[in-house]
Amino acid sequence: MSKLVEYKGKKLLSTYGFKVPRGVLICSVDEVENAYALIGPGVLKAQVLVTGRAGKGLVRFIESKQKLLSNVRELLESKAGNLLVEELLYEEKLEIERELYAGVIVERQIGAPVFLFSSRGGSGIEQIARDYPESVYKSVVDPDKKAESANFIEGLEQTGVNSGICGAVAEAAALLTNCAIDMEAENLEVNPLVVTADGDVVAADCHLTVDDYAVFRHPEFNIKIARELGHPPTQLERIAWDVEKNDYRGTFYFIQLEMNFQKGQGYVGFHGAGGGGSMMSMDALDAYGYKPANFCDTSGNPPASKFYRAARIILSQRNIDGYFGSGSGVASQEQYHSARGIVKALWEVNPDFPVVLRLGGNGEDQAIRIMEEYTKPLRCKVRCFGKDISVSECAQVFDQLVKNYRQGGIPVEKSMENTHKKSYEFQTVSGGTVSFDYERCSVCANKVCIEGCSAGILQEYNSCPVLSISKDEAASGRCVECLVCEVECQAMGNGGGKVTLPLSGLEGVDR
Amino acid sequence: MGILIDTSSTVLVQGITGREGRARTRLMKEFGTNIVAGVTPGKGGETVEGLPVYNSVAAAVKNHGQIDVSVLFVPAPLVKTAALEAFSEGIKLIHIVPDRVPLYDAMAMLRSARKYGASFIGPNSLGVLNPGRALIGMIGGNARSASQWFEKGPVGITSRSGGLTTSTAYYLNRAGIGQSTIVHVGGDSLIGMPHPDIVKLFEKDDETELVVMLGEIGGNQEERVAECLMNGEVTKPVVAYIGGRGAKKGTRFSHAGAIIEGGKGTYQGKVDALRDAGAVVVDDIMKIPDAVAAILGKGK
Repeated sequence: MSKLVEYKGKKLLSTYGFKVPRGVLICSVDEVENAYALIGPGVLKAQVLVTGRAGKGLVRFIESKQKLLSNVRELLESKAGNLLVEELLYEEKLEIERELYAGVIVERQIGAPVFLFSSRGGSGIEQIARDYPESVYKSVVDPDKKAESANFIEGLEQTGVNSGICGAVAEAAALLTNCAIDMEAENLEVNPLVVTADGDVVAADCHLTVDDYAVFRHPEFNIKIARELGHPPTQLERIAWDVEKNDYRGTFYFIQLEMNFQKGQGYVGFHGAGGGGSMMSMDALDAYGYKPANFCDTSGNPPASKFYRAARIILSQRNIDGYFGSGSGVASQEQYHSARGIVKALWEVNPDFPVVLRLGGNGEDQAIRIMEEYTKPLRCKVRCFGKDISVSECAQVFDQLVKNYRQGGIPVEKSMENTHKKSYEFQTVSGGTVSFDYERCSVCANKVCIEGCSAGILQEYNSCPVLSISKDEAASGRCVECLVCEVECQAMGNGGGKVTLPLSGLEGVDR
Repeated sequence: MGILIDTSSTVLVQGITGREGRARTRLMKEFGTNIVAGVTPGKGGETVEGLPVYNSVAAAVKNHGQIDVSVLFVPAPLVKTAALEAFSEGIKLIHIVPDRVPLYDAMAMLRSARKYGASFIGPNSLGVLNPGRALIGMIGGNARSASQWFEKGPVGITSRSGGLTTSTAYYLNRAGIGQSTIVHVGGDSLIGMPHPDIVKLFEKDDETELVVMLGEIGGNQEERVAECLMNGEVTKPVVAYIGGRGAKKGTRFSHAGAIIEGGKGTYQGKVDALRDAGAVVVDDIMKIPDAVAAILGKGK
């Protein structure tokens, strides 16, 4: 669902032979001289993803170099909504004879892309289709076949495109369709599609919406974060995206909804599980007057390491009044993985605000025990519930804890220090390191790391844990990063196990 | 009875040797699903949970005869190839667990399914469960909880949220009301069998007396169910919940399908369409058991 700005879409179209106006990209006032020399008088358009740019003063007609300079300067200092204007497209002005509309749009109800054309232009295409059905041509596209201009001629003629230009429009229609299919576009729209005085058919604008799930096979888009955010990606969103894109195990989705808030305004670090359960949980928070600072969903049975990274990122938001996690209430994923990941994050961040989690479902008894018992040394209040407590009841408990927290001031910090010497270590699939301090391990009575290891890849050797497989095998994903060898060890064993999971960029975030 | 799967359905697992494939094969087998074999290209000859692994669907079909259902636990970029292979070998129902299947791949699967007279559930579906009989996917997590949480009864559940599917079934059971089958249709915007398809199957199912539909904002699946109620294609009572009431317009959370665009697919639009068509709409899933009990009680 990521959208590409006009000039990027036009660039892709032009590689298919689709005609686009001559244009130059301007990112600084230094480029004005050269741009005017190439184009002369023309049109200056801000390259931002907002609708109705013309009405917002983001499209300007330019007659002189002086005007170009002043307008570039002004636009590059402006904002459109919460987007900074950083790129401008300066194009030749077209001699417009007629404005048409052409688009390829995936229609979900029929499960196929459709080609849509209007001889009356495309402003309010749905209204045009109702009022002037004879001006609109629609046909289902077969992505298995290459589109040919001949497929379009008859349909286009019926909309009143005169025969003189019909061939050229049909050619454009075929190019557009083939481009949309190759790009796996959800939408590829040219509005307006201009017929010039010279009889050329030219894309005066271009809207391309790509499928986020297909971005991995389209390096040409140069999309860094395949997600519709509505704002430039924040530092935390970039960090989260790096975690997500490199780890296919389960879902991890993190977006920030609000950043400019103060302590006491009721913004909450939100950790959901599953799209439906998360939406329901946010509604429950809303009923008590709290607002999610972020949205986060870890579901589809991700490893404990992913919960850990998600929780670390959520806890890195400044000025939140608490941390609230809940999904649907009866999860199929193993909730003790969720619990271990979150506990590790809480140990490291050691927040002062309350934490309420609803880890209902598969393995919930173990998850609740881990959450509540292992966080006792922490200064913050932690409560955890299972499937028989509704999300509204959890929100009520959370509300009470936040109220107490606001009245009681910041609890005294307890020391959590622990020296760790690496006697033995191996790497994990997401770039982490598992290490053991054998001075502690050798005198550990229960070896909970070996007994609890989800993958069963540890064995005892000289009274200490070692891998029962090769280090390469462990690093290739046989170690599933269940975090037992740190979390269970620190809580139940002798504290010799440690898992270091890098979160590239997080150390620079000031909390 | 119940819909889509039963104890007699023969089931194949594609991607059986992966982390999820192995774990969920065990879940399905222990629950009672009649899994006959698995497929992972290059791993033919191995066994998983005592089941033979083949290099191709063709080899599995050759050795085991007709296969009714294939469950896919392959990475999203490989789902299309695996699904098309299964359809071409005559498998009529595919269940797709993975998230992030590209849209054009989903459309290609739809074309293939139509060509072979087959269908698929998902992508991004937690599973389908016929209580006490069979399950496909990862619903329930392990066989013990899947057996404890779900009991046989008169309610058919169709849901766009995996978590709400299991939660609602669990809360119904706590109120003493069991299910005929529970179906998570998938959270994506383009899925093989949306709500109306599932509701129509429940309409024909002798065991189902009432349908619970868990919808959410975005798309028009719920509106189409309302149409089915209006035109008489569906006559059984429908109790519905629509998620995402508080979601801001144009904000997309993690369900790709849950977004309001161009004023369509809104919470209120769906609620109104369903109520006009005679469905009972509740605003909290915890209210579903009472709403269902009221209708079933009256009917008896």
